[in-house]
Amino acid sequence: MIQNLVDGVLVGSILSLGAIGLTMAMHMLRFANFSHAELLSIGAYSALVFDGLFEVIYPALGSAIGPLSLTWALSLAIILSMVITGASAVLIDRLIFRRVRAKGGELSMVFASFGVAMIIRNILGLIFGLGSQLYSKDIVFAMAISRDPLLLIKPDQVFSLVAALIIMIILHLILSRTTFGYALRAVAENPTLAQVSGINLSRMILLIWIIGGGLAAAAGVFYGLSNQINPVLGRDLVLPIFAATIVGGIGSVYGAVLGGFLVGIASNLALVVLPSGYSPSVPFLIILAVLMVRPTGLFGEERL
Amino acid sequence: MIGLLSYLVFFATVAAILSIAVLGLNLQWGNTGLFNGGVVAFFGAGGYGTLILGGTPQADHLGGFALPYLIALSGGMAIAGLLAWGVGILTLRLRHDYLAIATFGVAVAFENLMRNAEGLAGGAKGLRGFERPLRQALGDGFTYNLLFLIFVLGLLIATYIFLERLIRSPYGRLLRAIREDETAAMSLGKNPARIRLAAFIAGSVIMGLAGGLYATFYAFISPQDVLPILTFQIWAMLIVGGAGNNKGAVMGTFLIWGAWTASGWGLSRFAPLEVQLYTGSLQFILIGVVIVGMLLWRPQGLFEEKLVVSQSGRAKHLKQQGVRE
Repeated sequence: MIQNLVDGVLVGSILSLGAIGLTMAMHMLRFANFSHAELLSIGAYSALVFDGLFEVIYPALGSAIGPLSLTWALSLAIILSMVITGASAVLIDRLIFRRVRAKGGELSMVFASFGVAMIIRNILGLIFGLGSQLYSKDIVFAMAISRDPLLLIKPDQVFSLVAALIIMIILHLILSRTTFGYALRAVAENPTLAQVSGINLSRMILLIWIIGGGLAAAAGVFYGLSNQINPVLGRDLVLPIFAATIVGGIGSVYGAVLGGFLVGIASNLALVVLPSGYSPSVPFLIILAVLMVRPTGLFGEERL
Repeated sequence: MIGLLSYLVFFATVAAILSIAVLGLNLQWGNTGLFNGGVVAFFGAGGYGTLILGGTPQADHLGGFALPYLIALSGGMAIAGLLAWGVGILTLRLRHDYLAIATFGVAVAFENLMRNAEGLAGGAKGLRGFERPLRQALGDGFTYNLLFLIFVLGLLIATYIFLERLIRSPYGRLLRAIREDETAAMSLGKNPARIRLAAFIAGSVIMGLAGGLYATFYAFISPQDVLPILTFQIWAMLIVGGAGNNKGAVMGTFLIWGAWTASGWGLSRFAPLEVQLYTGSLQFILIGVVIVGMLLWRPQGLFEEKLVVSQSGRAKHLKQQGVRE
């Protein structure tokens, strides 16, 4: 039970990172982006590529940091992969979403995002194979935090959680302390008025994709660290991430953070009562519950 | 020769069944503007419902009520409708993203439930113990398949005529009015939420019919038949054919199903073995490219929606010429 809670927090931090980008894009561009979770896959795989590359160039970087299975090479790779994934998100927007946006309604964008998700997922499968891969083949044993009740945590998971929290705090500082943060919130409140005040809307959209992509990449790598990397990673995470945004309320960054943790914890606690085969359905049950009780989510505003 | 002919019958049967599902989606998306991200759940509800209600009793899972076929089929459709009602009532008053996400979730949960709940529907092994109607009289051979094709085509034509009449009726105008401008429709005293719910349920019942026929055709259904890819295929069919146009929906179905079958056959026949492993991936990319490509270059589809203008005067004149956007 407590183990489930701890696991839930760890998964939750990953979902939060994914949901922040999704909720911002959904709020600003007003469409449910079903290809957002594929950015996690792009991030996880590009980190895998850079990790391998760094280890070949500087074998010294291949050594693990402390008790982690994480190597210096991989930590550098995470940063590069955040950049690459942010750039991919911008590229996808330029190539597809922006053009569909110019032509059709918001729902055409949702259709397009499904198409994009399928293309990305299967191209990753073609390049990297359909099987699972790992960042490190070394087996890292879980540490027993306490014996009674038995509580096991892998050092990598602790690293992921701490890193995710640091990223979120940095984002919070940017949103609440910088001009960019004010501009972003202004655009989210009222795009027309924000533009009158001299905010460049298309630049804001660009920045949202970069931030969303970067956070998704980090989430993808952290997921890969504690699980495996495979091409269907995005497919498996898309519904939990949507659940997190709906729980938090579409458009609320802080809601997305809280929603991610709540969905992660709820999904893991559900396994106490449900057989594990049903875990893919749990996010859907959470979505249903939120829609029944409070459709706008925790921090969302009513907007039709 | 008979081999080719029986293959054509097989192909036409599956394509006609899928056409019915695409027509159902057209009512939701094309005419009412409702996004259904989980077509496969309603299709599957119809299929599973039909087999459970019409199958012979089984020891290891629910079902085998051995009801007469047409009652079982109607029951399957009713189950699909009930599922749609449940989802619709929760989401249709909200922002349209919610319907997209919730229907997508229904499809995931439906497949997951069918895969795991062995006592309900046989789990991953699928649902067996269904005898195709009139099998004893007609046997299993070519005659049966031909007659079944005629039965399916009859239902396809019936669905088509029903929908054509519906969209030309005042009710059809109302659906389009809500799609185009909800506020304007409300100002005329219409209740968009209720009408959208009705259209969503009607479309899902039609998808349930398609699912029921599909399961009857194979006398079997398993979680493999309700994977998300089917939803995307059905969308691609509608988008290629032209949302809002029933004729286009049927044409799109035959076109995409033809392309899907041909690409699968071509890859398995001519591609080297190591490429064949990735047949699925390549075909999925194809469907993705079709969806995105159509949205980018021809969002109205091959057969665009014929606008029905009810105004007199100039508009009537335009209508006769077939108005373009």
